Amino acid sequence: MIQLDGICRTFRVGDQDVGALRDIDLHIASGEHVSIMGPSGSGKSTLLNILGVLDRPDAGTYRIDGQDVTALDDAAQARVRRERIGFVFQFFHLVPYLTATENVELPLVLAGVAPAERRDRVAAALAAMGIADRAHHRPEELSGGQRQRVAIARATVTRPHVLLADEPTGNLDRGSGSDVIKILEGLHDSGLTLIVVTHDAEIGDRAPRRIRIVDGRIVQDAGGGGA
Amino acid sequence: MRPPDLLQTALRALLRHRSRSAMMLLAMAIGVAAVVTLTSLSEAARRYVTSEFASLGTQLLIVSPGKAATRGTGMFIHETARDLTLADALALLRSPQIARIAPLVLGQTVVSSGSRQREVPVLGTTSEFLDLRRWTLAQGQFLPPGDPERPESVCVIGEKIREELFGPRPVLGEWLRAGDRRCRVTGILATQGRSIGLDADEVLVLPVATAQDLLDERSLSRILVEARSRDALPGAQQEIVDIVRGRHQGEEDVTVVSQAAVLETFDRILRSLTYTLAGIAAVSLAVAGILIMNVMLVSVAQRTPEIGLLKALGAPRRQILSSFLVEAALLSSAGGVLGLLAGWSGSALVGRLYPNLPVGAPAWAVIAAFATAIGTGILFGALPARRAARLDPVQALSRR
Repeated sequence: MIQLDGICRTFRVGDQDVGALRDIDLHIASGEHVSIMGPSGSGKSTLLNILGVLDRPDAGTYRIDGQDVTALDDAAQARVRRERIGFVFQFFHLVPYLTATENVELPLVLAGVAPAERRDRVAAALAAMGIADRAHHRPEELSGGQRQRVAIARATVTRPHVLLADEPTGNLDRGSGSDVIKILEGLHDSGLTLIVVTHDAEIGDRAPRRIRIVDGRIVQDAGGGGA
Repeated sequence: MRPPDLLQTALRALLRHRSRSAMMLLAMAIGVAAVVTLTSLSEAARRYVTSEFASLGTQLLIVSPGKAATRGTGMFIHETARDLTLADALALLRSPQIARIAPLVLGQTVVSSGSRQREVPVLGTTSEFLDLRRWTLAQGQFLPPGDPERPESVCVIGEKIREELFGPRPVLGEWLRAGDRRCRVTGILATQGRSIGLDADEVLVLPVATAQDLLDERSLSRILVEARSRDALPGAQQEIVDIVRGRHQGEEDVTVVSQAAVLETFDRILRSLTYTLAGIAAVSLAVAGILIMNVMLVSVAQRTPEIGLLKALGAPRRQILSSFLVEAALLSSAGGVLGLLAGWSGSALVGRLYPNLPVGAPAWAVIAAFATAIGTGILFGALPARRAARLDPVQALSRR
């Protein structure tokens, strides 16, 4: 379902080209739970951005469900993000002046879903995260764990195929961090492909398939195929 | 994104930065109000002046001595012109195209009654003048009809002269002294609402022959001629020239100007004044546009993470672009409406203060001001909107 072939991504830093990703080949099947680990600066966030179609590789092809998304124009790439991918960020990225409901509603508004349907789907998504009672609170009135749950509700309300989580517990205390992980694993159990980027070995090791990146190359791909 | 959602999102963004939005609104409103007020005032001036002239009658021709050079040096009159005499004026009545005439002699004299005296402008003319010039009387009779060549000792005075010479006393039939002769007052001119040129309030009107004797002046200053109809104007104009040439040994030494031509010239001049003012006012609209651009650029910078998020959630560039443009359009149209209201109430106020002035912004200026407001809003909003749309989502999200 996710197929990366020869993906390269370089950044110019000063007058030097720095290879953030070098010739990455990666295949992730539908319904897998994968963790991507590596030290900071290893390129794991760049890889995540490419997987999320937020960034374009300089070379190589990226196929989702057999469709080459690197060749798509802006509008079509936005559509891929809207319909097939959900993002969970380390810093939640909730819109501060919107309530939990409005934050979760945002991707549905962008997708042009009618208000009545939006209301039902948002309520269901918040209920699934166990925060229905916080629906009308703004992010600043929520704890870190609650915020991340709102963010997960927002990522899943569009019913994506893939959930990309970038250090989802990086900004949480241990307790709420493990709650968030359990929620993500629950979503994976219900059929979602889950890709978690982390430098926390304890979280990374919970995934059946663990990929390790150092200096822009995959140096280890363990437990694959079994999932 | 559905249009109502687009609108609501834009409204929410604007309401979140009230003072910033209010400032842009104000700038836009001032620009539009300036266009509306200035054009409505200069339009009022134009309508006022043209209606003044139109009230003199569009069938009117004005004959003056001397041949005006219409080319090169402008309206200079030859000093060597032959006099335009009363006999010339009366000869004009031979033309079938001409309905009425009124010869005019202008000068200054001192009038007195008892111990009061003052210097006043003198107008020597005939009984037809009142009607030709559309003046009216407050009391009594105007000059008597009859042989214009016979001097008679009667006069008609303006309201202000009556006031100063006679005060509250009844005036009709009283005698006053004008220069070295005495004449009986037969009528008082009404204060004329419209008065371009001669002020009816302070003029002394005498029969033309009397005025010529008093001023010792054989030549006429002007002849007012009324053509039979508007269509007869060109023919009448030609005949005047022909008749006078016949009497002046073949020399063409008078100038005939039609009231309609003067009216047209004024209309043209004042119309271009209106356009100029509208243009100047439009500059303030452009300034408002630049302000909107700057404030929106700041807004884009502040909302960078939010824009990045919207992109990650699947908003294409076009959508980001249109949501910023909708914001700009909302702001500028709201500013436009405010400005229209302010402009209208401003010109209504002027209309109250000067009831004679027919104020009212012309429709083209209202439409143009409003369209320019929205146009500049969108035009100057386009650059910030494009900048927002082109933000790299990865970088936008990493800034926090």
